[in-house]
Amino acid sequence: MGEFQVKKQPKKYDAVIVGSGAGGGMAAYILANAGLKVCLLEAGFMYDPQKNITQMKNPWESPRRGASTTMRPFGDFDACYGGWSLDGEPFTKVKGTEWDWWRARMLGGRTNHWGRISLRFGPKDFKRKSIDGLGDDWPIGYEDVKPYYDRVDKLIGVFGTNEGLENDPDGFFLRPPKPRLHELFIKNAATQAGVKVIPSRLSILTEKLPGNDDRQACIFCGQCNRNCSYYKADFSSPNVLIKPALKTGNVDIVANAMAREVLTNKEGLATGVSYISKEDMTEYQVEGKVVILAASACESARLLLNSKSQRHPNGLANDSNVVGKYLHDSTGAAMGGILPQLFDRKRYNEDGVGGMHVYSPWWLDNKKLDFPRGYHIEYWGGMGQPSYGFSWGIENLNGKYVVKGKEKEPGGYGASLKEDYRHFYGCGVGMAGRGEAIPIESNYCEIDPGTVDKFGIPVLRFNVKWTDHEILQAKHMKETFKEVMHNMGAVITWGGNDDASNSYGLSKPGEIIHEAGTVRMGNDAKKSALNKWSQAHDCKNLFCVDGGQFVSQADKNITWTILALSMRASEYIIDELKKQNI
Amino acid sequence: MDRRKSLKLIATGAIATGAAVVGCNTEDKKKTADAAEPTFNLDRNPDEVAYEKSIIAKGKFFTEHEMATITILADIIIPKDDVSGSASEAKVPEFIDFIVRDMPAHQVPMRGGLRWLDMHSLNRFEKTFADCDSGQRIQIVDEIAYPEIEYKDEKGNTIKKGKVKTGMQPGVTFFTLMRNLTATGFYTSAIGVKDVGYAGNQANKWNGVPDDVLKQYNVAYTEKELNECVKV
Repeated sequence: MGEFQVKKQPKKYDAVIVGSGAGGGMAAYILANAGLKVCLLEAGFMYDPQKNITQMKNPWESPRRGASTTMRPFGDFDACYGGWSLDGEPFTKVKGTEWDWWRARMLGGRTNHWGRISLRFGPKDFKRKSIDGLGDDWPIGYEDVKPYYDRVDKLIGVFGTNEGLENDPDGFFLRPPKPRLHELFIKNAATQAGVKVIPSRLSILTEKLPGNDDRQACIFCGQCNRNCSYYKADFSSPNVLIKPALKTGNVDIVANAMAREVLTNKEGLATGVSYISKEDMTEYQVEGKVVILAASACESARLLLNSKSQRHPNGLANDSNVVGKYLHDSTGAAMGGILPQLFDRKRYNEDGVGGMHVYSPWWLDNKKLDFPRGYHIEYWGGMGQPSYGFSWGIENLNGKYVVKGKEKEPGGYGASLKEDYRHFYGCGVGMAGRGEAIPIESNYCEIDPGTVDKFGIPVLRFNVKWTDHEILQAKHMKETFKEVMHNMGAVITWGGNDDASNSYGLSKPGEIIHEAGTVRMGNDAKKSALNKWSQAHDCKNLFCVDGGQFVSQADKNITWTILALSMRASEYIIDELKKQNI
Repeated sequence: MDRRKSLKLIATGAIATGAAVVGCNTEDKKKTADAAEPTFNLDRNPDEVAYEKSIIAKGKFFTEHEMATITILADIIIPKDDVSGSASEAKVPEFIDFIVRDMPAHQVPMRGGLRWLDMHSLNRFEKTFADCDSGQRIQIVDEIAYPEIEYKDEKGNTIKKGKVKTGMQPGVTFFTLMRNLTATGFYTSAIGVKDVGYAGNQANKWNGVPDDVLKQYNVAYTEKELNECVKV
């Protein structure tokens, strides 16, 4: 490198947004439609769902038959590029603690492949401390967010049913798909066990979204994780928010732009963002009246902690010293098996939508249990598209179950073996719990003082441990799953032998990819980084609209709330700019 | 080939290069030489493209002799039958050569397993597995095709099945991997997907479980479901 220089982007923006997933996409959409000039920085590659297509491919169109790579850990056809370890972008962990960190590196981030599970938080979810004394209440309640949930439902589309449940609020739902065969079995079995089963709530257009001619109804290929390139029937930030935002002419996207720090002036106000372009390895600065972080809970915290100045010696938005703290993920535990009644089943297309057609919202009262927070249950099974790993371990089936009246030895070969593969196809079933963890101060990420990534940016060091609250919840999940599996005559083939020695199969923190809490909001500026408008207490033109702002994350997947809060914060920004308050 | 001769061949390393000395017939050789490398058609990011190019640049992993053996084994595992074609017709051997390059963890178990098989075959029939006649091959396969499994029945009794003779476990471990790779390669091919009857991956309107299937399993949709679910 010869001369080292920082290039300043000449254009001045109203807002610079870091990250293009659910939070950043929504902010860009709202601001651009209000006429504001927006610069959208994305650390990963440019991505166009209508050009970069994996939808409707057959397994043999991937030489590895859909198997995963380090760059696509969810399989070759998965739409999300990123992973658990990124080349040249390390992170560290304090010894004896765990955190698996997923990072997407593409336009739209993980919205390109997510499960589309779109659950509103309920009234109780914002006020948990008032109920059980643990963690903290949000500075806002359901009534503050409800209008935005309503608008997100109508803008983006979600199917489901109004069930009148106290803590799983009704919404504006499109019609859900009918349950699949194994889902009918699950519904009966779970109901017997006292577990409520209702239609799932996924942001997939099972019918045309009123008022939207750009997107079409679902064609039931079951491949939402590949992103709906052809019909735009599911929610992803590029299809649903960024492309319409671009049409306003008010948005410039800078891809391959790794944010280094938020720039501030003498008064401590944000003036823009400095970033390194991965394309030419040159340092750039881009200026904006407002800076909005939506880089993911941990990346946003990292950016703030790395943005030190005279006015903000502890990092930006961190006078409270809470940035990075209260990091938490959903809990997870799962179980799988087979349904012998489905051996040799009739074939038909049961792809359905990408994901479950029914689910179980939390159905119990924690006051009567030995763990404080609830979980919901997700289900799967049936006749899916074969991919790498298909039919692995046939000996455990054909050595155990009679095939067409014949008892066989495990394994084998030849025409008899081919008969076995057909016999057992489509008999799988499984379920997983996704629960609420308690955010605590001692679970955190911080800047590792001795390690930088390949761009010279100091990296995160994690320090997270589950407590008994989460472990006992996983124990309860496993007991419930066993009962449901038993009630429908399923044979458990994995996840059935977990016990205290492995925390009942509780997933490692981070593994469920619902990280939140690191830049939390609150009324007390000493205990929170943001106020109730997602605005930094100590820097009024800085906002954080991703999972970082969450005080707690319920047992609900967080995307729908990220979208609602980002919409809310964005409209607040427009107002405040008009009033010249920021 | 007598016993002493085969041992001499092993000592000089002759079977390492396989085909030239004890190896496969010319037809097998031609087949592997002509087999095209897989093509990557998915639109990928530059670093993924670079990785995929690097795999192809490594060239074939298996020797011609090894590929001949893999092809014979794959067609024993998945032969042509009334419903569908064979593993080799579905290009399973080519898939296996690619996947061990993409997943290096399979390389030693496969290469070592193939060598174990040839050594066992030499000891037993004084020929490599590929040079054995079909009857001899099946005698060997019968010794390695049935791994031991253990499970509990409904009454909680431990049941053990499978048959592995002393010293044959390496062969059983290898054949199990070979069966898994063969089946995965086959059932993700066009022939195999059709065979197993996967009916999806096409635009349609999901209207629930077919009526005859609901009847077969004695389940039904509720009035609520029929009213609230998407209608076709």
